Amino acid sequence: MTAISECFARKKIEGRSVLIPYVTCGAPSLEESLDILGVLETAGGDIIELGIPFSDPLADGPTIQKSSQLALENGVTVEKVVRILSDFKADSEVPVILFSYLNPILQYGLENFLVAIKEAGAAGLLLTDVPEGSDPSIENRILDSDVDFIRLVAPTTDCGRISQISENGQGFLYYISRTGVTGARELLREELGKEIETVQKASRIPVAVGFGISTPEQAAVVGKVADGVVVGSALVQTLNEEGIKGASVFLKALRAAIDSGV
Amino acid sequence: MKKDSDLLGQEDQRFGPFGGRYVPETLISALDELESAYKETRNDSGFQEQLNILYRDYVGRPSPLYRAERLEECFGAGPIYLKREDLNHTGAHKINNTLGQALLARRMGKGRIIAETGAGQHGVATATACALFNLDCVVYMGELDIERQALNVYRMKLLGAEVIPVNSGTKTLKDATNEAIRDWVTNVDTSHYIIGSVVGPDPFPRIVRDFQTIIGMEARKQILEASGRLPAAVLACVGGGSNAMGIFQAFRDDVGVELIGIEAGGEGISSGKHSATLTAGRPGVLHGSMSYLLQDDDGQISPAHSISAGLDYPGVGPEHSYLKDSGRAQYVSVTNEEALKGFHDLAQHEGIIPALESAHAIAHLAKVASEYKEVGSLLVCLSGRGDKDVTQVSRLERE
Repeated sequence: MTAISECFARKKIEGRSVLIPYVTCGAPSLEESLDILGVLETAGGDIIELGIPFSDPLADGPTIQKSSQLALENGVTVEKVVRILSDFKADSEVPVILFSYLNPILQYGLENFLVAIKEAGAAGLLLTDVPEGSDPSIENRILDSDVDFIRLVAPTTDCGRISQISENGQGFLYYISRTGVTGARELLREELGKEIETVQKASRIPVAVGFGISTPEQAAVVGKVADGVVVGSALVQTLNEEGIKGASVFLKALRAAIDSGV
Repeated sequence: MKKDSDLLGQEDQRFGPFGGRYVPETLISALDELESAYKETRNDSGFQEQLNILYRDYVGRPSPLYRAERLEECFGAGPIYLKREDLNHTGAHKINNTLGQALLARRMGKGRIIAETGAGQHGVATATACALFNLDCVVYMGELDIERQALNVYRMKLLGAEVIPVNSGTKTLKDATNEAIRDWVTNVDTSHYIIGSVVGPDPFPRIVRDFQTIIGMEARKQILEASGRLPAAVLACVGGGSNAMGIFQAFRDDVGVELIGIEAGGEGISSGKHSATLTAGRPGVLHGSMSYLLQDDDGQISPAHSISAGLDYPGVGPEHSYLKDSGRAQYVSVTNEEALKGFHDLAQHEGIIPALESAHAIAHLAKVASEYKEVGSLLVCLSGRGDKDVTQVSRLERE
C-alpha cells in the first residue's frame, strides 16, 4: 500500500475526510517555502500538493497564475522544488504530491525526474495536461514508477471513462467540482453532491474533490460525501494576503469544519 | 513508392511524435464531440456544398493566381506567382477556416464562439462568420496587440464581437490563446473554440489544415493552367502556420516541389528576440500539443518577438514540426528589417500592400528568387493584405 492509499484508509476508519492543501512552491517567496509546508502539516493537512510553476498554466485561474508567475520570478526550478521537498520530507511523514504541467518535466527528463522526486520523498505526481490516454508511453512510465500517478475526472467525463481512469489510477481520483479553471467560488453547484456519489460508485479508488472550495462551510459539505477535500486557490490567496499565520488559521478552520461536519 | 501523406495515417491524433491531446480532462469530451462532428461532415456532401457556396459567393473564391512580373524583374528571377489570399473577404486566408468551423459549431448546436487573435485577422474572420450565422462571439487579444492593431479591434466590435484584452504574460497571442482555452474549459457545454491556426490539441490542427487546403488545391490547378508545370518551390510565412499548411498540403506528394516556410526572425536569431520556433526551438508541449517551442532550459515558454503580431508566437503547428523533421519542408527565417523591405518591395513594384506576415515570405523570395531562375517558377502564398499594418509601419519609420 502506498503512503497516499494508507492515508485515505486510515482516515476512512476515523470517519473523517482527507484534507489536501495546495501551494505553489516558491510563492510568495522561496525562503518561506519550507516553513509553509511545515505549517500546512501542523494546521491539519493530511496530504500536501506542491505546485511546480509553469509559465503558461492554462488549467489555472488568476490566483494560481499569479503565484506561478511569482515563483518563476523568484527563480524556482524543478531542481529547487525537489530540494525543498527533500528538506521537508527529512522530518515529515505527510505524503506530498507534486502538481505541474508536462513541459517542465519533459525538459528536465521524465526518467530523471521520477527518480529524483522519489529520492526526495514524493508520494504522488499529478499533471493537469496529461489526461488518460493522451500519451501512453509517458503515462506508463509514470504508472510504473515508485510514485502514485494521480488522475483527474471532470463533470464532462462520462461514466465509462471514469471507470477506465480509476482502473488505471493510483492513490485517489481527483474530481474537478465544476467545468473551468482553478479558483475560489462563493457557491458550490447544487448537483455536486450527487455527482461525487456517482464518481465514487464508478471508482475503485477514493475520490477527492477540488476546484473552487474556499470556505469552511463548503469544505464541510464536500467532506460529508467525498473521501478527500482539496483546497488550492483560496489558500494561496490567504497566504499572499495574510501570510503564513493567516494561512494556518484558515486551514485549521477548514480542518475543524470537515471533522465536525458543519 | 508510398506517398508521404499515406505514411501519416491521416486519422491519427499525431504527426509522427508531434500533435496529440495534452489538455485538461474537462476538454476531452468536447474534443471527442468535435472529432465525430468533423468526421461526419467529411462525408456529408450537403455540408461541403454549403461551404463551397460560401467560399464562392461570400469569400470570393477561387482567389486569383497573379504573375508578378515587375517583382521578377526587380529580383532578377524567373516566373513568380502570388496566390492572392489577400483578396478574400476580410483580407486574409483566415476566413477559409472560420466559415468551416462556424458551420461545424452550428451543427454541434453551440451558440457561442470563442477565439484568440494576434494580428486581429483571425478575430475579424471569426467575428464575420459569427455575424453571418448569428452566433455570440468572444475574442481574446493581448493588450500589446490591441495597441498595434487598433483598426482590427474596431472591425471586430463593429461586427458584433466582444473583444477581451489579455494582460497576462507577454500580452500577445500566446497569452490570448491561454485565456481562450480557459474560457473554453469553463463554458465547454455551450461554446465552440474556433482556433485560428494549425495548432492546439487534436483534432484542431487537422481541421484547420483541411479547411485551408482550398488554398493549395486552387493554386496547384491554377499554376498548371498558367504555366503548364508545377512550381520549383512554394513559399509561405509561418507563425502557427495555417496558410503554409493549406498551400503545402496540395503539393506534398509532388516530391519535386520544394516547400519553404518562412518564420519571423525578429531582431535576428542571435538577439534572442524572434519567433523562429522551427529554426531555433526544440520540442515540448504547449496549448495542447507536442511541437517545436521557444523555451528556456527549465521548460518555461520564452517570450516570442516579431514586428508582425500574427507571427509573434512561441509555438508552431505540430504538422510543421513533422514536415521539418521528415525533411519534406524546410524552414528559414527573415528579420523584421528584411520583412519591412519586402513590404515596400511589393507595394512599390506591384501596387500590392501585403500584410506584415506575408511580407516575410516576400522578403525570403527577394533573397532566393534569382537562384531559381533556371529551375522553374516560384509560388508564394500572399496570405493577407496590409491595410491593418499601415499605421504601425508609418509610425515605426518615423521613429
